[in-house]
Amino acid sequence: MPSDIRTSRQNVRNTSNHKKVKKILSGMIVPIIIAVIWQCIGTLELVTQIVLPTPWDIVLAAKNLLASGLLLTHLKVSFIRAAVGFIIGGGLGLFFGTLVGLSTRSEHLLDPSLQMIRTVPHLAVTPLFILWFGLGDTSKVLLIALGAFFPLYVNTFLGIRRVDAKLFDVARILEFSKWKRMKLLILPAALPNILLGVRLSLGAAWLSLVVAELMGSTEGVGYMIMDARQFSNTDIVFVGIIIFALVGKLTDSLVRLMEHHFLKWQDTYRGGA
Amino acid sequence: MDITIDIRDKSFKKERGVVHVLDHVYFHIDDGEFITVIGPSGCGKSTLLKIVAGLDTDYDGSVYIGRQKVQKPSVEQGFVFQEHRLFPWLTVEENIAADLSLNNAEIRKKVDELIDIVRLGGFEKAYPKELSGGMSQRVAIARALLRKPSVLLLDEPFGALDAFTRSHLQEVLLQVWAETKTTMILVTHDLDESVYLGNRVAVMDTHPGRIRHLIPIDLPFPRRKTHPSFQKLRQKVLREFETISEPPTTL
Repeated sequence: MPSDIRTSRQNVRNTSNHKKVKKILSGMIVPIIIAVIWQCIGTLELVTQIVLPTPWDIVLAAKNLLASGLLLTHLKVSFIRAAVGFIIGGGLGLFFGTLVGLSTRSEHLLDPSLQMIRTVPHLAVTPLFILWFGLGDTSKVLLIALGAFFPLYVNTFLGIRRVDAKLFDVARILEFSKWKRMKLLILPAALPNILLGVRLSLGAAWLSLVVAELMGSTEGVGYMIMDARQFSNTDIVFVGIIIFALVGKLTDSLVRLMEHHFLKWQDTYRGGA
Repeated sequence: MDITIDIRDKSFKKERGVVHVLDHVYFHIDDGEFITVIGPSGCGKSTLLKIVAGLDTDYDGSVYIGRQKVQKPSVEQGFVFQEHRLFPWLTVEENIAADLSLNNAEIRKKVDELIDIVRLGGFEKAYPKELSGGMSQRVAIARALLRKPSVLLLDEPFGALDAFTRSHLQEVLLQVWAETKTTMILVTHDLDESVYLGNRVAVMDTHPGRIRHLIPIDLPFPRRKTHPSFQKLRQKVLREFETISEPPTTL
C-alpha cells in the first residue's frame, strides 16, 4: 500500500508542474489584454502622453532608470524602510496578539485600548509623527510599523482563540509542558491565521511606505514618483507604481509559498475548475 | 492497577436548579480487569469516565488508582475519546509520540512496535486527513498506549465507526489488553460490544446516574458472538437494560 501512495504522489507531481505553467499563463491573460488596448489608445493618440504614456514608453523609462542605477537605489531605500517597519510592527503584533490570545486578563487590560487605536486612520497620525520624529527615516519606519502591527495582532489573537478546546483536553491528559503545548498545539493551530496576518501586514507596511514617502522624503520609490510628477514625467510615475505592484505581489507570493509548505496538513476545499 | 471509585454526588447547577448526574456510584475494579459500562444516553457514563480520568474534579467523593488519589489528568490514566482528537498538523508517528521525541531511540522503537500492533504499517508519515475514521482511532489508541498507562479509559471509542471496522478494532483492543494487561474501562451504548469485551458489565441507571447492576461475564476468550452461552448472557444484560429504560415507577 505505501508503494501505491508513492507512485500516485509522483503522478501528482508530474501533472502539478503542467498545471503550474497553465496557472501562471492564465494569470497573465488579463494584464496582457489591458496592455494591448492601452498601447493602441496611445498609438492612436486618443490621449496625450502626459496623461497616459503608452506601455512601451513606460518600459523605456524603466530601462533608463535601471541603466542609471537610480531605480535600484530608490528601491533599496524603500525596501529597507518597509522591511524594518514590518519587522518592528509585525513582531510587536505577533507578541501582543499571542499575549492577549493566551490570557483573558491581558485581553481585558490591553485589547480595548488597542482596538481604539486601530480605528484611527493612520493618515491622521502622520502629521503627529512628523512633528515628533521629523521627516527622517524614524517617522517613516514608525508609520510603517503602526500599519503592520494591527493585521498581525488581530489575526494572531483570533487564531489562538480558535484553537479547538477538545485538543486542550488531550494536551492535559498527555501532560504537555507549557512549552510543548505552545509548540505542538497552540502555534500550529493558530498558524493559518498568523500567516494570513503576515500577508495583510506586509500589504499594510507597503501601503504605509507609500504614504510616508509621499509626505516628503529625498529618496525612495515614493520620492521618485513625487519628483517625476513635478516635472510631469508621467512615465516615471507609472514605473514607480508598477514597482510597488511588483514588489507587493512578490512578497505576497512568498508568504503564500510559506502557507503551502507549513499548512499542507490542512484538509480544506481548494476550489473547483 | 486497581481502581476504587466512590462518587457520592456529581451535579451540574443549571438555571432551573441542580441536576444530579451521578449519585452514589461506588465500585472497585481489580488490576487487569476489563469493565464495560452501558446505559441510556444522558446517564452520566461519560461524566463518570471524565472523573476517573481527572478531567472533572468538581464532584463529591474520591477516585483512587492503586493508592494514588486522582486529582488531575495524567498519562497514568490513558484516555481515548469518541472522536480521535489527533493533531491534524502532525503525522501518524508524530501524533503517537506527541511531546516525546522520535529521535530518542527507545521512543522510536516503541512507536514502531505500536504502529505494528494497531496495524498501521506504511502510514507512519500520513497526516490525519489521509486516514479513515477507524485508522485515526487506532492512532489515538496507540498514542494512549505509548505512555504505558496504568488504566485505559475509552469513551465510546468505536461509536462512530461502521460495524466491520468496529469489530476489527474490538479485536485489536482485546489483543492489546491480552498483551499489556492494562486495566480498562470502556463506555459504550452497544450491548454486544459490552458483553463481548468485558469481564464485567456495569449497567447504569439514569436520573440520577448510578450503577444498577454489575454482571460478570465469565466467558473465555476468544468469544464468539453466535455462541449460545454468549447469547444467554447478552439476554441477561438486555433484560436489566430494559428494566431501567422504562420510566421509574416510584416518581
